Amino acid sequence: MMEGLFMLPALGISVFQKETMSVKGFAWSIGVILLLSLLCSLYGNKSERRFYAKEGMVCVGFSWILLSVLGCLPFYISREIPSFVDALFETVSGFTTTGASILSSVEDMSKGLLYWRSFSHWIGGMGVLVFVLAITSVGGSETGFTMHLLRAESAGPNVGKLTPKMKTTASILYWMYIALTALNVVFLLLGEMPVFEALCTAFGTAGTGGFGVANDSLAGYSPYIQNVTSIFMLLFGVNFSFYYLLMMKRFREFFKEEELRMYLGCVLIAVCLIVWNLRGVYDGFGETLRHALFQVSSIITTTGFATTDFAQWPEFSKAVLLCLMAIGACAGSTAGGFKCSRVLLLMKNARRSIRKVVRPQKVQAVRCNGHAVGEKVLDNISSYLVLYVLIIASSFFLISVDGYDLTTNISAVMACVNNVGPGFGLVGPTGNYGGYSILSKLVLIVDMLVGRLEIFPILILISRSTWRRK
Amino acid sequence: MRIIIAGDGKLGSSLARQLSAEGNDITIIDYKEGVLEDSEERYDVMVVSGNCVSKDVLMHAGVKESDLLIAVAEADEVNLLCCMTAHTLNPNLHTIARVRNPEYTQQVYEMRSQFALSMIVNPERQAAVEIANLLKYPGFLQRDTFAKGRVEIVELRVDADSKLCNVPLSSIQEVVKCKVLVCAVLRDGEAVAPGGGFVLQEGDHIFVTAMNDTLAVLLKNLGIVTHKVKNVMICGGGRISYYLVKLLEKNGLNLQIIEKDRERCEELAAILPDVDITHGDVSSQFLLDSQGIKDVDALITLTGLDELNMMVSLFGERCGVAQVITKLGRLDSTGILGDLSIGSVVNPGELCRNRIVRYVRAMNNQVGAAKSIHRIADGQMEALEFVVEASTPHCGVPLKDIKLKKGVLIASIAKGAQIDIAHGGSSYAVGDTLVVVTDKDKTIYHLNEIFE
Repeated sequence: MMEGLFMLPALGISVFQKETMSVKGFAWSIGVILLLSLLCSLYGNKSERRFYAKEGMVCVGFSWILLSVLGCLPFYISREIPSFVDALFETVSGFTTTGASILSSVEDMSKGLLYWRSFSHWIGGMGVLVFVLAITSVGGSETGFTMHLLRAESAGPNVGKLTPKMKTTASILYWMYIALTALNVVFLLLGEMPVFEALCTAFGTAGTGGFGVANDSLAGYSPYIQNVTSIFMLLFGVNFSFYYLLMMKRFREFFKEEELRMYLGCVLIAVCLIVWNLRGVYDGFGETLRHALFQVSSIITTTGFATTDFAQWPEFSKAVLLCLMAIGACAGSTAGGFKCSRVLLLMKNARRSIRKVVRPQKVQAVRCNGHAVGEKVLDNISSYLVLYVLIIASSFFLISVDGYDLTTNISAVMACVNNVGPGFGLVGPTGNYGGYSILSKLVLIVDMLVGRLEIFPILILISRSTWRRK
Repeated sequence: MRIIIAGDGKLGSSLARQLSAEGNDITIIDYKEGVLEDSEERYDVMVVSGNCVSKDVLMHAGVKESDLLIAVAEADEVNLLCCMTAHTLNPNLHTIARVRNPEYTQQVYEMRSQFALSMIVNPERQAAVEIANLLKYPGFLQRDTFAKGRVEIVELRVDADSKLCNVPLSSIQEVVKCKVLVCAVLRDGEAVAPGGGFVLQEGDHIFVTAMNDTLAVLLKNLGIVTHKVKNVMICGGGRISYYLVKLLEKNGLNLQIIEKDRERCEELAAILPDVDITHGDVSSQFLLDSQGIKDVDALITLTGLDELNMMVSLFGERCGVAQVITKLGRLDSTGILGDLSIGSVVNPGELCRNRIVRYVRAMNNQVGAAKSIHRIADGQMEALEFVVEASTPHCGVPLKDIKLKKGVLIASIAKGAQIDIAHGGSSYAVGDTLVVVTDKDKTIYHLNEIFE
């Protein structure tokens, strides 16, 4: 039902732009959504079931799928994307903040649909259900089941609340998100960007999505706008609870966060490496630095904006970017990827294991920010890594059937699972995913959802034991 | 309101559930990760793991921004220290500590300002007081007192041979020949607020509002023979038993405690010289028989095991003991007990929780807050005591002309020493004490909320 509300501004824009086809699309979709929500409220409330971990996971997984299917209706009904699978791909790519597109020419789309595409990034970035939690008092919130929803929808291994009440936590998160987005829009407007484009770009940046409104992404804009966007991408890649620490004036804790240090360290090293590797490709150091910074922040935060065709960069730079795709930004941000905190803990755990080989009797706890990390969390991260690799490998096999080259396939899978968007080769910044077969697109759609919801909710949704009656 | 609960045990987690459901911001501190995880999943609360006495942990839990600290960790000493530490960090903090050790009770109360305590709770002592109250009138399964003890809501079971069986409520006063009001009936585990046409059946548990001085008349007219309790058998020699003996020893009763642990028996024998202490295991029927269970007037099971208490109580009822009182520590609701005849049930944790909840509600709403809260009818209804204030509407209007919310009932009106069991013609004035009975899911914080 919320989605219908979200579509209204898009409908407004379409009406304003006199785009009859897309008006029809939105109107129909809102109608369908209203009907569905009516049916749900009629039949839904009758069954009173308690929410436990499983229900939380299934609920999140299911809502995201439903959201995507409903969200793709405007594209499909307005006939701007005639194939249903293509429309679904585009929407999933929006909600999961991937930013992978099947469209060869974005500029041909109507304004309303472009707005909807970018806005889906913004909703998907922080999580739809978190938003619902923030504004409604969910029945039965006295029981803590909402915790499962937050856990399933937020990114990162260790999800905690900022305040005792779930509703306050969710609204604090959203207000920070809205404030940062608004700030971003203001800065873009100062760079003399048209309002509509500023809004769409800000949505894409905030959700770390990467749908642009121009074919060449952000290459056509002034260096100022590109720099503003790089900085905001980096900001949106930071764990939002760190901002809460800032708000509460706990600066010492903020600067001591190991995850933040690692994240910024990664960015710094990657920028240095790429600048060194790119010497001579662009005119002057300034431009090289700008492109390098933009691309590094775009990839590590899994946004996927581009100022230049980085698929044409030297192999070493591409390798650096591919690594960044996998690492991703901080947990608890809007970004995708494996998350800095997981990498950090995995490395620390690995170091401990190595020490144990040398001195088997050694007892040591893995520490992060001065606190010992529970073995359960470490186990969880290790199994997450295994699933992550397995999913990437199997998707890679499945889409290889289409016969594209190795770089294209591996980067396409990486870009989708990590919610980056553009990869290398045919799916690079200037290319698109339109060439893949329906099967491959479906595989990539699942990959994007798996990546956004961090594997477990989707796996649980499709596992047999979930649905079997005990 | 922001509340920190130190200690996530039975009492801590049940407080967390109740208080967070009432809209407070709860942070729980405990050093056990496992129980914390469980609480975080079940209730809308924040958890902090660590030692609740440590300054760092308290700061992390937000003691500076909190209004109330409830220390219900296992050890009394920890609770006291926790309150003191927290109070130095935030001088505006209210603190409630649970102190159970009988050796401390008196001195802690005297030193409450040094320990910076706003309130001290002692579940075992509360339970003992409750049991002593029940012993005064055998025949009532539960007694809740209001208006300084002048009004009571008592629980009665309607047996097949009871004079109340098949009597409609409109004519109940003719049977009992005194002023009473049936404010709730528990039938098949379901609480109902009955109307005048409601006919009582065998097996019903009824909750009757009556004046304290008519209780004896009520029992007599109902044909419930109340020979005064003389011989009391107490199973288990824990803290409740100690407090209970202390409360009862002046009344000239024959008290017997059966305790399994030899050393504890010797301890008790040293501090309670007038009580008959027996060393033995109450799970053995032979022992109970040999100690004369058939001849006692009251059997009170207070061991640490709920199952054992229930078994012994069932056995006691079978032996025809006139009054049986069972202590249950774990069960939140006695709903699963159904029609098991284990007499009155006393739950120390629940008594204590109600007291703390009352304190919190009063803090939330300083004026017009309930003076006391009792849960009746299996916890499905609440009986609250309010004082009528100048801002209360409908003063002096007969009750039959006042529109109350559905499920709300005014049970009694106390004007000073004069008690009025509510009927259609009665009215209240400023300064009167009202007892209001409501459904549990309709939480009333303020008297004015009962009106439509």
